[in-house]
Amino acid sequence: MLSVAVAKQRGSFALDASFELPTPGVVALFGRSGSGKSTLVNVIAGLLRADSGQVTLDDAALLDTRRHIDMPPERRRIGYVFQDARLFPHLRVAANLNYGQRRAAGAAYVNFDMVVGLLDLDGLLQRRVHELSGGERQRVAIGRALLSQPRLLLLDEPLAALDAARREEVLPYLETLRDRLAIPMVYVSHNFDEVLRLATHVVLMVAGRAVAQGGIGAMSLDPQLRAIIGPDAVGAIVEGTVLGPDSGGLTRVQVGSGELKVQAVGLEPGAKLRVQLLARDVIVAVQPPQGLSVRNALPGRVVDISSDDTESDLIAVDVGGTRIMARITQAATRELGLAVGSAVWALVKSVSLRGHYYSTRVPR
Amino acid sequence: MNWLSPGEVDALRLSLSVATRSVMFSLGPAILLAWLLARRRFPGRTLLDTVVHLPLVLPPVMVGYLLLLLFGTRGPIGGWLERVLGIELIFTRNGAALATAVMSFPLMVRAMRISLENIDRGLEDAARTLGAGAIDRFASITLPLMLPGVLAGAITAFSAALGEFGAVITFVSNIPGETRTLPLALYTALQTPGGDRAAARLACLSLALGLAGLLLSEYFARRMRLVLGR
Repeated sequence: MLSVAVAKQRGSFALDASFELPTPGVVALFGRSGSGKSTLVNVIAGLLRADSGQVTLDDAALLDTRRHIDMPPERRRIGYVFQDARLFPHLRVAANLNYGQRRAAGAAYVNFDMVVGLLDLDGLLQRRVHELSGGERQRVAIGRALLSQPRLLLLDEPLAALDAARREEVLPYLETLRDRLAIPMVYVSHNFDEVLRLATHVVLMVAGRAVAQGGIGAMSLDPQLRAIIGPDAVGAIVEGTVLGPDSGGLTRVQVGSGELKVQAVGLEPGAKLRVQLLARDVIVAVQPPQGLSVRNALPGRVVDISSDDTESDLIAVDVGGTRIMARITQAATRELGLAVGSAVWALVKSVSLRGHYYSTRVPR
Repeated sequence: MNWLSPGEVDALRLSLSVATRSVMFSLGPAILLAWLLARRRFPGRTLLDTVVHLPLVLPPVMVGYLLLLLFGTRGPIGGWLERVLGIELIFTRNGAALATAVMSFPLMVRAMRISLENIDRGLEDAARTLGAGAIDRFASITLPLMLPGVLAGAITAFSAALGEFGAVITFVSNIPGETRTLPLALYTALQTPGGDRAAARLACLSLALGLAGLLLSEYFARRMRLVLGR
């Protein structure tokens, strides 16, 4: 468990945030730039001094201003991947990787060959830092941080300086770390797509405060989050279990009490995956649908009706314990007579697979 | 070197020896001072900065005179050095090295400080998160990255030490084989009737050494930039 509750004044900006992350897990600190995400991460690392508060990791106090505990960063055993990589320019890649390992305290849980293998660094070891591409730099920086055998990995917008293609090149490696090493991570981002791919938990930062937090599924419905990501990106993130292939070459996935068909191959029955159902891709019917081209219909009950703008309503539908959202016009809400408690069918036009299995392994 | 007289060869050897000692004396303190001035905020910092730079603007003769007061046999430091450690500075090549060290010190500190100020401090933060304590960080990150400045400073100071005249002649006089360095030999030749040719030779030698020093310093700076990919 990572537990953070800190306050810091920097000029006119006040950081006053607290959150908890069950470990292993990946918490995304999400918010607009200037919301205090990086400041918070620097306080966790110990690079910035908090005015007051505490940081506790698996029962070890790293910071507790009341008890006058303030462990220096070099003893916190927290790996940090910076936005600008910060590789040491006078050392080759291999020496950069070794830097933290040689100074690592505590038991080693990853070794050099393992990290090189996980991050595909084999061909880069003898290179100089300035000969690397942006994506390669970040992979080396991640490897260097891992080899210091950290108890927690902080990643401060590690992909923000990369273009879309390079980002796509690095993201799978981060997913691998999450699933294979089960190391707790704090991931700072203002890109919701990255958050969807990596995070198990989300802390929403607005003006120096953690205004909302929770599991990614619950947070995907949060109104304050919706306000930041914009109407087109709003949609429920749900966890599904693979049932098996269907006759048409799609994969059947159980979501709540219903079943969705997802375009994916090679998934074992029983595998967990995360899908996003964008609100604009979900329609609501009050009768069992017939004669439709939509393949996915989930029976459920309306649990909430809210609105982010003047034209449309967001209808939250509970489908057997899982909540999804549909965006329909306010006129449609009236005509269908929708109210909390109405029995409905949620018709899903398209399902985006947002990756992959997550690790259920226990922490070391 | 048969085109040089034995006295001139002596002067060349002595100059190189004095300049080497001078750089060796000042290297450590210069790194420390450069670091203090670039990285630390403390009361009296501006005063210290000014004092370090004073030799650039004071008449060298005056610096030599000050050294004489402090490090002479009856001076507070010189007397102690002689009594306790048996080190004699006055009229010796070590004294000459001290005088040139003081004169070239600001050049050295300046070069080091500039390269230190150009180091991205984020790299030191990164080293911290990787478990490196303060001394470790300095030795493994800061010092290697400021090495171009250290080298450039050392070479510039060495070249300047070869040419220092006023402070040396005031502090340790002009003794052949002990304190008569190249510029002092050149001066002596000019004062000697019929010494024109010797003076010309010594002038050419000084010019060559100065040029070599500056070129070498530039070469190292370029090489380091290449290694660091800047």
